[in-house]
Formats: sequence, structure tokens, C-alpha cells
Amino acid sequence: MALDNSQQTFGQFGGRYVPEPLEDVLADLADEYDRVKDDDEFQAELDELLRDFAGRPTPLYHASRLSEKYGAKIYLKREDLMHGGAHKLNNALGQALMAKHAGKERLIAETGAGQHGTATAIVGALTGLETEIYQGKKDVERQQMNAFRMEQMGATLNEVTRGGAGLADAVDAALEDLIENFDNTHYLVGSVVGPDPWPRMVRDFQSVIGEEAREQILEQEGALPDAAVACVGGGSNAMGLFHPFYDDEEVDFHGAEAAGKGLDSGQHAAPLSSGKEEVYQGMRTRVIDDDVEVHSVAAGLDYPGVGPEHANYSETDRCSYHGVVDEDALEAFQDLCEYEGIVPALESSHAVALAKQVAEDMDEDDVLLVNLSGRGDKDVEKIANEYLA
Amino acid sequence: MSDDDTIESEIETAIRDNHPALITYVCAGDPSLEATAAYVEALDRGGADLIELGLPFSEPIAEGPTIQASIDRALGAGTSPQGFFELVDELETDAPLLVMTYYNMILQYEAAETADAPGTDGASLRGGPGVGPFVERAADAGLSGIIVPDLPAEEADPLRDACDEHGLDLVFIVAPTTEGERLERIMSQVSGFAYVQARLGTTGARGDVSNATHDSLARLAEYDGVPKAVGFGVSEGDHAAEIVEAGADGVIVGSALVDIVAEHGSDGDAPAADALEAKAHELKAGAIRGADETTPPKDTPEPEQP
Repeated sequence: MALDNSQQTFGQFGGRYVPEPLEDVLADLADEYDRVKDDDEFQAELDELLRDFAGRPTPLYHASRLSEKYGAKIYLKREDLMHGGAHKLNNALGQALMAKHAGKERLIAETGAGQHGTATAIVGALTGLETEIYQGKKDVERQQMNAFRMEQMGATLNEVTRGGAGLADAVDAALEDLIENFDNTHYLVGSVVGPDPWPRMVRDFQSVIGEEAREQILEQEGALPDAAVACVGGGSNAMGLFHPFYDDEEVDFHGAEAAGKGLDSGQHAAPLSSGKEEVYQGMRTRVIDDDVEVHSVAAGLDYPGVGPEHANYSETDRCSYHGVVDEDALEAFQDLCEYEGIVPALESSHAVALAKQVAEDMDEDDVLLVNLSGRGDKDVEKIANEYLA
Repeated sequence: MSDDDTIESEIETAIRDNHPALITYVCAGDPSLEATAAYVEALDRGGADLIELGLPFSEPIAEGPTIQASIDRALGAGTSPQGFFELVDELETDAPLLVMTYYNMILQYEAAETADAPGTDGASLRGGPGVGPFVERAADAGLSGIIVPDLPAEEADPLRDACDEHGLDLVFIVAPTTEGERLERIMSQVSGFAYVQARLGTTGARGDVSNATHDSLARLAEYDGVPKAVGFGVSEGDHAAEIVEAGADGVIVGSALVDIVAEHGSDGDAPAADALEAKAHELKAGAIRGADETTPPKDTPEPEQP
């Protein structure tokens, strides 16, 4: 169905459903991306930053005690050890460098819980680009520490009060800013969502995760893993892990969606397990039903939609998606703390919880690759006060 | 495709017969569907030649604050597609009516209709939801056309086909940056009129009419099969005059009218309706003034306005 290289779809999903003035801005962005992705100089500069600034490659770690407990050979891809504490910086670095090459002067970004806003503030400081973050007023209030960090790094925080004053409203405010200021501004989208070219651009910048993991597992195991597991909110860490293994058909993919209080509870964030096809935020994808309140214990999974490429992975059965309830994620959080001395992010805990389920059907020497997308420092207070009190 | 249309559409006729045409927008359900009925009738009396009715969607992209707030009020008042169509069922206006909404509203109309069908759970309809039921209902209600700001021409074939089947026009927006292949693609899909966006940026009343208007109209001059109407930032009779003088067949006004609706809120429909009627009158007079200052286009009948 692709008409030209400016219109990227994934099966029936994806596309560029935006008002006409934005079409042109996005077509330019796609052209710019197509130019840098094959530019050796750009890639060399990005690789250097990923290594010296961000701390890549991240280790691939055989979690032997957890393996014993869960009953499969589990390897953790340690994105939690990256600068900033999560995989988010891979994408932020790529896009910021691209913006700089394109001669832009400003970065803007949306943020929900503040993790992507923080990653954007980091690269804003690094590149010297003026940085403005849009965050729903409700989220600003809930995430004071991230607001402080962003401002310390020189970013301007714009509180969005319209609509529901949440993530979707922050996205809308950022898009409006982009339409008004596209000449000097790059909108640094935080996940594999939105209109083209962001889903494929963010996927490619995150694919360093899977590329490294593939090399590392071949080195350590001498073979590809039997399965790969990652959590899916918008889906950038999962797409980054899966994409380089896409053609390795023997590697099963499992995506952990946030089932919140249960898929039948009316409070979850699992559009692939329970939702419908919609055109949402500029893309055709799957979205939770209208009567479901978006909820997850993990703020980073608290998104009503999902990246369109995941919708296509689901439709074509390349990946199986499972809802992981809050309770199971919290249990996995504790397992990883107790058995490995690693405090994972609540988002990543969903992947660990799904790994436990997948391992039940595996032999103990079957190899399971789990993306540990972020560290849990940001969550400990919440867990201590709200769940383990 | 619309090229081979032999019967002129109601919308095109309304624009050509009332040249230069006044096209007005209000969001249905702001502050209530009953008020909208009164407002639409007032605009019709005031000289609007076409009336766009917004069907509010909860996730609009890049609407300016004025329209966004209007949409929020309409949604807050519980406006649904069902209620919207019932309103249109009842409306009797001289001016043809169009619906302006986001693509998801059109796709989800079928999902809402078939939600209770056994075995589908709305999830795995291969090929995705369809546009047919919405267009059919729109035609039943007496709407003459559809505008979908977030539907790219590349993805518009299903809706174009459904509109052709039910005799509706499908209007597309042309931005100041739309040119070359994209412009051709849009102009091959458009019918009724081409909605020429006067300036970049989001919707909202502005103080001046952009140079981009002149450039856009010049770029569109070769597509003489379809009328061109200019919108975005038009709030006064003088703007309307200037736009028509630049060669537009019609003027589109939204935010300036929504401002009137917002100002009066729910404190009685009559003052707001009177103000809307007066505003429409001012704009129509401005458009006519603009037409008088340019060479009269051929085949233009006398405007019926006093």
C-alpha cells in the first residue's frame, strides 16, 4: 500500500493521519531522517555519544538465581544501566543529533511521567539546543522530582491545562508548537507512536538494544535465544529489542502489556489484548475501548494506544502480547530485587513477570532474553507507600 | 474520483449561485444541540451559503484554542454522533450542511453500530472498520458533504467511494505548503470546494489576511473545475472582502463565530443567535464588497443579499 517512501505503514497500521499543514512538516522530517540514517558521519557521531556519554554497550547478564527460580535460562539486557536510568536516551540522542544536523535551534517533547522529558532535557543540555517540555498539569504535580530535574538541566517546563491535562493533551500542545515553529524546532517524540516517520525513526534509534543483545547472546550462548520478552506501553524498548531479531523466526516474541487491575476491570492499558482499531494521534493502531480508564501501576505503560508496528506484529502473529496485572508486576519487582540485587522499573517489572509465565512452558536450558528497560529508583517511594505499606 | 461528475453538487451549486459564498462553522452541541439548531438557523438567515457543523471528537489534532474549547464544551454536554445526526434530521435550512469531523469518528461509527454483533467484539475485523455506515447516515440526515481534516488524500479512497455512492461531496484542505504531487493528489480527490487554508498554524481568528492566501489561490488557479474557499483567521467583513478580491469563490469563518457562541455561553440562545446572524450579515456584505472590486466572474448571478 505504500505510495512512496514518505508514507510508511505496517500492514494496515501506521500512516500519517494529520491535518494538511502538518503533512508537509512530517514529509520534511522523513526526508531528513532518510538522509541521516545512511550517513556514515552521522552514525559515527551517534555511536560515539552512545558509547562515551550514554555508557553503551549495556551488559547482557545471565541472571542465574532468577533463572533457577523461574525455570529457564534468563538473560537480562541491562538498559537500566544506561545514563538516565532507562533506554529512553537512545532515541533522545538520535533525534537531538538529527535536529542539530538539520540546523534546528529548539527541541520540544511531550512527557507523561517525566522520563522522556528528562531524557530530552539531558540531550538538550548536551547539544545546547533550547528545550521545552510539555507535560499535563496533573502529571507535573505527581512528578515533582522529574520536573525539578528537567528545569535544573535548563529545560522549560510547560504545564498543559487543556482537556484532561494529561499525556494526550501534552502531545497535542507539542504538535501545535511544531506547526507554528517547524522552521527552527524539532519535536522529539518519545516512543514508536504517532504519525510517520516517528514510529520507524524511534524504532531504528532503539534498535541498538536488539543489535547488541543479538551479538552478545551469540557470543555467550553460541545460539539465538528461544524467546525475547519486553514490556509494551507505546512500545519503544520492545521494538528496539525485537526488530533486529525480526527475521530470526525461531525467536519467539512476547510483549507484556499493562493489564492494570485486570483486563475485565475497566482499568488497564492493554489495547492489543483488549481494544479496537482506531485512528488515534495521527496513526492507525489499536486503542483501549472507550469505557476503559487507562491505568497501570507503571506510569510509563499508562498509554491508551500502542505503536502501529506492534499492532501489526499482533495482527500477523509475529509477537504474542499478554496482559500483566499490577499485582504480578509488583511480585516480579520483588523477585528481581531479592534474587539478583537489581531494582527494576515498574515498567520493566512487567517484562520480568511475563518472563516468569513464558518460562513455565520452557525447559530449564531454554534461553529467554528479557529487556530490563529501566531502573526502579523512581518507583521505590510509590511502591513503599502505596503497595507494601 | 470526482472528475467525471456530470451532475453538479449541491455544494458547488450553492457556491456558484451565491458567489461569493459565505461558509460558516459552528461546533454542534456547544453549548447544547438545541442551541446549535437555533444558531444554524440564525446563520442561515444571516446569509451563510453553506454551513459546516463540527461533530466533536475527543482527540482533535492541532485545533486552535477557540475551536478546541468549543469541542470540549460540546463533549462535556454529551454530544454524540447519534445526537448529532438527530439534530441534522430536524434542521431545515436554505444553506446546504456539511459535517466536519475527524476520521476516527467516521470509522468508529460502524464500530458503535456493530458493537453488539456476536463474535466480533469489535476487535478483529480484518481490514479494519469501514466508513460506509457513517456516510449512509450522513446522507439520510440530509448532509451534503464531509470535511475530514486529518484524512490524508492517500488514504481517502474508501471515503471518496462511499461519498460518491451516497451523493456527498468530500472537501479537502489545501495548506500554504501544499504543492506539487501532494496538491495534485488532493485535487484529484476533492469535490464541492477546495478549503484553502489562509495561513499556517492552528485555527483561530487573526487580525490580518496572509499573503499565503494570494499565493495559494494562484497555485490553485489551474484547477478551475472546483470552487475555492478560503478559511483560517477570517473574522471581519474586511477580511472577507480582501479574500474575495484575491480571487476566492468563498470565505470560511469559524473561530470568530465560535467566539460569539462562547461569549454568550448558555445564558439564553436568543442573544447569541442574533449576534451570529449579524456577524454572518457583516461577513457576507464584506465578501460582496470584495467581489465588486474585482472583475466580475462570468456566469455570476446577482447576489440575493440586500
